[in-house]
Amino acid sequence: MANEVCLRTLDHDQPWSLEAYRAVGGYEVLKRVLQEKTAPDDIIAEVKKSNLRGRGGAGFPTGVKWGFINRSAPGDRYLVCNSDEGEPGTFKDRDILRYNPHQLIEGMIIAAYTIGAARGYNYIRGEFQEPYERFEAALEEARKEGFLGEDILGSGFDFQLHAHLGAGAYICGEETALLESIEGKKGQPRFKPPFPALFGLYGRPTIINNTESLASIPVILEKGGDWFKDLGVENSGGTKVFSISGNINNPGVFEIPMGTPFKDLLQMAGGMKDGRPIKAVIPGGSSAPVIPGAQMMELTMDYDAIQQAGSMLGSGAVIVLDDTNCMVRVLERMSYFYYEESCGQCTPCREGTGWLYRIVHRIEQGKGRQEDLELLDDITGKIAGRTICALGDAAAGPVQGMLKHFRDEFQYHIDRKRCLVSAGG
Amino acid sequence: MTEESTITIEVDGRALKAAPGAMLIDVCDAAGIHIPRFCYHRKLSLSANCRMCLVEVEKVPRPLPACVTPVNDGMKVTTNSPMAVEAQKGAMEFLLINHPLDCPICDQGGECELQDVALGYGSDASRYAEAKRVVADPDIGPLVATDLTRCIHCTRCVRFGAEIAGIRELGATGRGDHMTIGTYVEHAMGSELAGNVIDLCPVGALTSKPFRFQARAWEMVQRDGIAAHDGVGSNVHYHLRRDQILRVHPKDNEAVNECWLSDRDRFSYQALSAADRLLKPLVKQGGEWRETDWQSALEAAAQGLAQARGDDGNQLGGLLSPSASLEELYLAKKLMRGLGSANLDHRLRQADFRGDPPKVPWLGGPIAELEEQDLVVIIGANPRKDQPLLGHRIRKAAMKGAEVVYFNPLKLDLNYRAAQWVANPRDWVLEVANLAKAAGVRKGVVNKIKVADHHKELFKRLKAADKALVLVGDLAMGHPDYGLLRCLAAQVAEAAGARLGFLTPGANGVGAALLGVTPGEGGLDAQAMLAEPRKGYLLLGIDPGFDLENPAQGLNALMKAECVVALSSFRSPDLETVADVILPLAAAPESAGTFFNIEGTQQGFNGAAPPAGEARPGWKILRVLGNLMNLGGFDFNTPLQVRDEALGMLGDAAPDNGFEPDPALELTLPEAELLRIGELPIYSVDPMVRRAPALQATADAQDAAYLRLNPEDAKRLGFTAGDRITVSQPQARKAVFEARPDPAVPQGAVALCTAIPGSQALAGRFGEVTLEKA
Amino acid sequence: MGFKMQPMTVPEPAPGKDQLFTPEIRAEIDRWIAKYPAEWKQSALMAALVAVQDADTDNNPGWLSQKDLDDVAHYLDLPPIAVYEVATFYSMYELKPVGRHKICVCTNVSCMACGSDEIVSHLEGKLGIKLGQTTEDGHYTLKEVECLGACGGAPMFQIGKQYYENLTPDRVDEILDGLE
Ligand SMILES: Cc1cc2nc3c(=O)[nH]c(=O)nc-3n(C[C@H](O)[C@H](O)[C@H](O)COP(=O)(O)O)c2cc1C
Ligand code: SF4
Ligand code: FES
Repeated sequence: MANEVCLRTLDHDQPWSLEAYRAVGGYEVLKRVLQEKTAPDDIIAEVKKSNLRGRGGAGFPTGVKWGFINRSAPGDRYLVCNSDEGEPGTFKDRDILRYNPHQLIEGMIIAAYTIGAARGYNYIRGEFQEPYERFEAALEEARKEGFLGEDILGSGFDFQLHAHLGAGAYICGEETALLESIEGKKGQPRFKPPFPALFGLYGRPTIINNTESLASIPVILEKGGDWFKDLGVENSGGTKVFSISGNINNPGVFEIPMGTPFKDLLQMAGGMKDGRPIKAVIPGGSSAPVIPGAQMMELTMDYDAIQQAGSMLGSGAVIVLDDTNCMVRVLERMSYFYYEESCGQCTPCREGTGWLYRIVHRIEQGKGRQEDLELLDDITGKIAGRTICALGDAAAGPVQGMLKHFRDEFQYHIDRKRCLVSAGG
Repeated sequence: MTEESTITIEVDGRALKAAPGAMLIDVCDAAGIHIPRFCYHRKLSLSANCRMCLVEVEKVPRPLPACVTPVNDGMKVTTNSPMAVEAQKGAMEFLLINHPLDCPICDQGGECELQDVALGYGSDASRYAEAKRVVADPDIGPLVATDLTRCIHCTRCVRFGAEIAGIRELGATGRGDHMTIGTYVEHAMGSELAGNVIDLCPVGALTSKPFRFQARAWEMVQRDGIAAHDGVGSNVHYHLRRDQILRVHPKDNEAVNECWLSDRDRFSYQALSAADRLLKPLVKQGGEWRETDWQSALEAAAQGLAQARGDDGNQLGGLLSPSASLEELYLAKKLMRGLGSANLDHRLRQADFRGDPPKVPWLGGPIAELEEQDLVVIIGANPRKDQPLLGHRIRKAAMKGAEVVYFNPLKLDLNYRAAQWVANPRDWVLEVANLAKAAGVRKGVVNKIKVADHHKELFKRLKAADKALVLVGDLAMGHPDYGLLRCLAAQVAEAAGARLGFLTPGANGVGAALLGVTPGEGGLDAQAMLAEPRKGYLLLGIDPGFDLENPAQGLNALMKAECVVALSSFRSPDLETVADVILPLAAAPESAGTFFNIEGTQQGFNGAAPPAGEARPGWKILRVLGNLMNLGGFDFNTPLQVRDEALGMLGDAAPDNGFEPDPALELTLPEAELLRIGELPIYSVDPMVRRAPALQATADAQDAAYLRLNPEDAKRLGFTAGDRITVSQPQARKAVFEARPDPAVPQGAVALCTAIPGSQALAGRFGEVTLEKA
Repeated sequence: MGFKMQPMTVPEPAPGKDQLFTPEIRAEIDRWIAKYPAEWKQSALMAALVAVQDADTDNNPGWLSQKDLDDVAHYLDLPPIAVYEVATFYSMYELKPVGRHKICVCTNVSCMACGSDEIVSHLEGKLGIKLGQTTEDGHYTLKEVECLGACGGAPMFQIGKQYYENLTPDRVDEILDGLE
C-alpha cells in the first residue's frame, strides 16, 4: 500500500516524464474536469470529503481553504504552490518535484480552475536546482500538450504557471512571507487577517498550498474523496509522504497511509543504525517538540496521535535519534537554526530566538547557570503565540519539548559542566 | 460614522462606540485609553511587528495586537489585565535586552517612548547576561543623527520614507538579529521631509543633528508658533531653553500640516543665532556704518525718508517681504500711504505685471483638498520643493490615482509618477498656449500656433475630471510673460470647469494681497519702482541681492536712491552697500503676528523667544517711525491693536482668484540661443532659510549652486562638468558658476538659480544669457 | 492606515539599461520579468540577483559587488535600498568574494546526527580554512548552511548547484579531486 498517490510514477522508467505520468492515468482528470466543466463547488466538495489536510505543516483542511475564495469577486486571483521545503528534516517535496512533477502541475491546474485563477507560481527553494529543472521541463511539456496557457484543451480556461526560485530563507516557507518573496521583497510574513484568500499575492485573493497537498488532488478526483479518506484514519485522510532521517539504516521518503504505526515506518526505513537504542524522535520536522523513543514506538503516524503525545505531525518529517546524541547539543543546533532564520520583524522572535540560542549554547559549553532552565521556560512562553507568524512557536516548541523530556540532561550539563552522553550516563 | 453603522465594544469596562472594522488601537486612542505601542503610527501603514500593543480580548486565548485587531460588536477588551500586562512586559523585556543603557547621554532622554514604557513595564534587573548588539552609525546627512544601537526596529522610519517622503532611502537590511536600519551604502537623505523621522523614531536612534547634545528634554519649555517660510503655515512647537530656541517640532493640525513639518520649517531656527544677526541699529555716516541707539537710528530713518520724499510722496517706494506679518505689512502700508506714496509691493520675485491681476491670489481651495483631486495641472512650479507639504498632498493625490501634469521649463525630480511637459522658457509659454487653444481660446498668441493631439486629450480629461485643479506657481511668476501665462491658465481652468489656484509667495502672500500691499492708484509695482528709480525706499525683511526678481537692476536703483531704510534681522553686504539705515528686526519666532496661509486661514502667533540683541518686532519699529514722521494713527500699544485695526480694514475681504483675462497680451520673451531659468531653490527663499547651516549643507542647497545645462548644449559649447563659466546678462555684471551638464534642462536653456551666492550680480530670472569659459 | 501593496518601482524609469550587464544576462532577467504582472518587475529581483551573481560580471563570479546591486536596481527601476534589503536577507546571495567552489555544508540536526561534524573537520583540515572562510588561492569557500532538504542523504553538502549526499571523508576527497 505504498506510493499510491504522490509518488505513483516511481515504478516507471524516468518517472518524471510525461510518458510515465500518462501511464498512471495522468492528466485524465484534468481533461474530464475541463470537458465536463465540472462545477468548482463539486471539486471542493470532493476535496473536503477526502479529508486532505495541508501537508505543509499546519494541517488545515485543503477543501475548506479553497472554499474561502470568493469566485464571483472581480479581478485577478492567484494560485501558489509552496515548494520551499525548509523545515529541517523534510525532503519529500523535493522527491515529488524530481519524480512526479506532472502530477503537481495537474493538481495546480485543477486547483486554479477551481478557484478561478489565471496565473500561478510554484515557489521552489533556491537550492533545489535539480527539482527546479525537472519542474521547468515538465512545465514545458505540459505547455506543449496544451495543458497550460490560453484556452486549455478548448475549454476557455486560461492558466499560466511559472516557477519562482527562492534564495535561501527558511521563513519563506511561511505562506505570507513566501508571497512577499514572490513580490521581490524580503520574506517577512504579513499579519493575518486578512488571510491570503482575501489579500494574497499582489494584494489579490490567493490560495497557497504545499506541493504534496496539490499533488494529491488528481488522485483524489480520480478515485474519489471517499477512497482517499479511507486510506487513512479518523481526522487524517489519505496517505502521507513521510521523510525519515537520522540514525537509521535506510533513510528516505515513504508514502504510506496515515495512521501507520511508527514502528512499521521505522522498519521500512531499515531500523536503527548499528542496532542502537532509539532515544528520541522528532516526529514532524524540527519545529515539532521531541518525543522520547520508547513513547514514539507506541504511536501511530497521524495528526491526532502525535498531537496527543504533545507534539505535531507537521510536515511528516521524522528525525530519529539514537543514544549517542546529546540532547543539549541537538537543541543548541536547533536553536541556532531559528536564531539564524528569524526574519527579524517581530520583537519577541528577533530578540528571543537569539536569547534562547545563547543560553542553550552557554549550557552546552558548560557555562550554564542554575536559573537558566527556568529562564528558558519563561522566554519560550513569551515568544510562543506573540508573533506575526508561527516561527515564534516553532522556535519555542523544541525548547519546551526538550526541557519536558530531557531536562535531566540539561541539568547535568549545568551541574557538572559536561555532557551526560559522552560521560556515558 | 452614521448611527446604524456604529457598534459598541467594551474596553476596560467602558462602553465605546466605534465604526465596524476600525482598529482597536484607534478606537482606544479616540477614547483616551492608552495602549503602549512603537511600530504603530496613524499616518503609516500597519506593520504590527513591535508586539507592544498586546491586549486581552475576551474568548481569545492569547493576547492580540491592538493595532491590527479590527473591532466587532460586543467585543470585550482589557488593556491592563494580567494577561495583557504580562504580554506587554514580555515585549518590553525583549526590546530592552539589546538596547543600550545610555539614557543619560541620549538626546531622546526624557521624551523617549521606550523609556516611558520601560518605567511602566520594564523589570528592574535585566535577566539578559549576554553581550548587547552594537551597530555602526552611518552618516545620513546634515539633518539627522544616527545612534542605531538604540534602534528597536519599529520600521517607522522605513515606512515613512516609502509612504510619505516618497523616496526609499532608509531600509532594514540583514535578517533577524542582524537586521539594521540604515542606508546600507552611506549617503545623505535627500528628502525635503527627512526631519520627520526624528519625531517618528520612538527612541534616540534618529535624532536632530543640529540639536545634538544641546539640552535635555526636561530643561526646555514649549511654545507654539507658525512656520514662516511658505504659504502652508505649518503649526509648530518651539522648544526653548533660557529663551533660546533649540529645536522645532510640528504641532498637529490635520487641515494644515497634519503631523509633519518640512525640513525648511524645522531647521531654519538656526538662523536666529547666525553670526551676521543684526543686534543693534546701524546708521551710515559718511560712508561708514555705525552702531547706534534706537532713538538716533529711528530719527535718522525718519529724516532720511522725509528728505527723499521732498513734497512728492511718490518719490518713495516700499518693497515688503511676503513673509512679513499682517501687522508689519499693515503698518508699513499705512506709513507709505501716510507719506503719500502709492508705490508698494510684496510680489518681489514677479517679473511681469501686465494685465489685470487676480484680486487676492490664493490656493483656490483648502490645502487638505489637494489630496482629493483627480487631475492637477501645474504650470511653472515645483511644489515638492517650493511648498513641501503642498507637494506632499499632491503626491498623496497621485498615489491615490490622480493624474498630475507639469508644464515647466525644466524637468523636475519627482517622487511619484506624473507627466512632465518640458520646453525651453519660450516654448513653454507656447505649450501652455497650445493647451489654451485646445480649450477653445482663440485670441492673441494662441492664433499663431497649432494644437497637438496630446493637448486636446489633456484638455478633455481635465474637463471630464470630477475634481480638477490648475495651479500656477513661482516659476511662472518669475517669467517675463507671467501675465500671459496666468491669463492662459485661467482660461483653461474656466473652460474645463476646473479650479484655478496660485502658489503664492512667502508665508503671508495671501495676507499681503488681502491688505493690498500692491501699488495704489497710479503707483508703481515692484518692477517699475526699480526700473524707474525712486529717491527713497523702505525695505522690510528682505535682502535686495537675493529677494528681488532682478537684483542687478534692484541694487542699482537702491544705490542711486538718496535714502534707503531697511528693517532686517541680518546684516548683509548688499544691504550695507545700498542702505542708509538698517533697523534690527525681530524674526518671526521672536514676535507676535498673524499670517494668512495659502488657503486663506488666519493663524496668529506670539513671540516664542525674545528678539536677539536689541532687535524689535516690526510693528513697534513702524509705529515709532509713523509717530516720528507725525503721521496720525500710529498709537498702538500691542500687536493685537494693530491686528484688530488691520482686520477691521479687511472687513470681509476674502481670497479671490478672479480677474479679467486680457487676450491681447503678446509673448515678449525673445528667442535666443540660451535662455536662463531662474529657479528659486528650496533653501534660498528668505533671509532666515539662507542662514541655517544645516539646510545649507543639504544636497538640495548645494546642487542649487551649479549652472546646469543640457548635455548637448554643453557639448556644443565645449563645457564639461566642473568648468568655471562666466555668465553675462544684458544690464548686469558678470558672474562665475560651475557647470554641470544635466538632461533635466532642455536644450536652449540654462538653469541658473536666483537667490544663490553670486546671483546678485545677475539680472532677471529669465531672459537671454551668454556663457563663456572663465 | 491599512496595508501597503505597491511595487517599489521608482517613478521614472532610468535610461541606459542596454549598457548594463551582458545581452545574455539581460535576456535571462527579461525572461523572469515576463513571468509576472507588468507593474511587478520587482518580482524578478531575486532571479536577477542570481543571474548576475552566477555570471562573470566585472570578473567577479559567485558574488554580488556593490555595483552589481546598483545595476540590478537600475535595470529593474527599483530604489537601490530595495535591492540591498533583499540581497542581505537571503543567504544564497554572497556580498563578498567567494572561492571558485562554494562548499555549503549542512550541519542541521539530521546531518549532525549522521556525522556532519566529521565532514566539516575533514574539510577544514584538508583546505586549511574554517567555516566561513575562503582558501588563499581563491579555490574554495566553506560555508555552513541550514537544512538543504536532503536529510535522507545525510550528511550532505552542495557545491555550486549540485548536491552531494551520503558523504564520508573518502567521498569528500573524491569529490574535491574531481573539481577543477
Ligand atoms: C516558519 C514556517 C515555515 C514553513 N515552511 C513551510 C514549508 O517549507 N513548506 C510548506 O509547504 N509549508 C510551510 N509552512 C506552512 C505554510 O505557512 C502554509 O501553512 C502551507 O504552505 C499551506 O499549505 P497546506 O495547507 O497545503 O499545508 C511553514 C510555516 C511556518 C510558520
Ligand atoms: S531607527 Fe527609530 S524609527 Fe527607525 S526602525 Fe529604529 S527605532 Fe524605529
Ligand atoms: S503597535 Fe501594535 S504591534 Fe507595534
